[in-house]
Amino acid sequence: MDSAPQGLTIEKIHVWRGDRHVLRGVSLILQPGELMQVTGPNGTGKTTLLRVACGLLRPEQGSVAWCGRPIAGVRPQFHSALAYAAHEPALKGDLTALENLRYLVGLKRPVRTAELEAALERTGVAPCAQLPVRVLSAGQRRRVALARVLAMRSPLWMLDEPFTNLDSAGSALVTDLLREHVSAAGMALVVAHHDIALSARLRRLELQ
Amino acid sequence: MSTADLEPQVSALRAMTLIVGRELRLSFRRPEQVLQPLVFFLIVTTLFPLGLSLQLSLLRDMAPGVLWVAALLSSLLSLDALFKGDADDGTLDQLALSGQSLTAIVLAKTASHWLVSGAALVLVSPLVGIALGIPWGVFPTMLGSLALGTLCLSWLGAIGAGLTVGLKRGNVLVSLVVLPLAMPLLIFGAGATDRAAAGISPAGALYLLGSLCVFTCTLAPFAVAAALRITLEG
Repeated sequence: MDSAPQGLTIEKIHVWRGDRHVLRGVSLILQPGELMQVTGPNGTGKTTLLRVACGLLRPEQGSVAWCGRPIAGVRPQFHSALAYAAHEPALKGDLTALENLRYLVGLKRPVRTAELEAALERTGVAPCAQLPVRVLSAGQRRRVALARVLAMRSPLWMLDEPFTNLDSAGSALVTDLLREHVSAAGMALVVAHHDIALSARLRRLELQ
Repeated sequence: MSTADLEPQVSALRAMTLIVGRELRLSFRRPEQVLQPLVFFLIVTTLFPLGLSLQLSLLRDMAPGVLWVAALLSSLLSLDALFKGDADDGTLDQLALSGQSLTAIVLAKTASHWLVSGAALVLVSPLVGIALGIPWGVFPTMLGSLALGTLCLSWLGAIGAGLTVGLKRGNVLVSLVVLPLAMPLLIFGAGATDRAAAGISPAGALYLLGSLCVFTCTLAPFAVAAALRITLEG
């Protein structure tokens, strides 16, 4: 008997936003150890594709399956395996960086403060751990959001424009994190205009 | 890293505790948001005696109604913000993708909202009761009915807030959606206090309030979760 299919399968999805037919029959397969970069001009539905892939948006047609099963039926398992970072960092300005991480990562898995501090250290914002997020710069917030993705330890990453607001060192850091993630049999679906310097394992999906 | 059968690692109870902790911490970082409805409640109820004649008997007759109308309006003040902040900064997406049931998340968020709004209102209501000349003997009924009523209101408001969270100016709509549903609370809540003040047993009105409370607390979380899901998909 075949082993259960792994990874994320998106089959022929169609999405309408009002009168606009945004996604027209997009399909993709993402297996462990793979990175899929979604590119395309503005307004071609890259973010919409990501929202459909993570189950926030239901496609009018087509299906999204996780490990061979439609995501509507395995929502808790699928979402436990998913770390999603939207375009906005989803941080509370009144909470410190550490508190922001503790509450959202804590919903995914039991987590110790030391692990969260290590994640913040890795993304280069350890000195900001005890500062309220509202005093951080846009780039620092992006790094805190990346630390959240890292601390979730999820096999599947979905990142929407992770390079936005980052300096060159930050961009190199994102590439490093993605490389480590896919080397450890992780999966990543990334919306980015920026070229990701990852030789093997990188596939591109261009939306028209 | 096995991906096929990764079960949620955090129990719903633990998740709800975390969310209540987060909400309370956020409220105490922004105390003006907690204080604003309370101050409104105190101001409205203090202005009434000043605007009326100086007859204590008239004031006593009107007190339950004044108290309840003020409580209703001040509860509405803070309700549209229940999910708005989280929706605007993308936290709502993160919560929806946390692997926890949206119903549990809604339950925790609304319960913590009630703690900082409804329960706080119940705690300051004795002050208002004294100012309006409500007899001491009526205080237990007043506090009990307000506790039940504000809990119901938080749930009704959460349904309204869930439905309108995607709209730019949802707060007027929340009032329109919630106020008609809140009428039974006003009638039975003020009625219970009235009856206790008149020396009649308020048990009937309190039982009705209690049953409304059970009804909303058990069914509203599902309705709010469904409303939020519609908003997220829109």
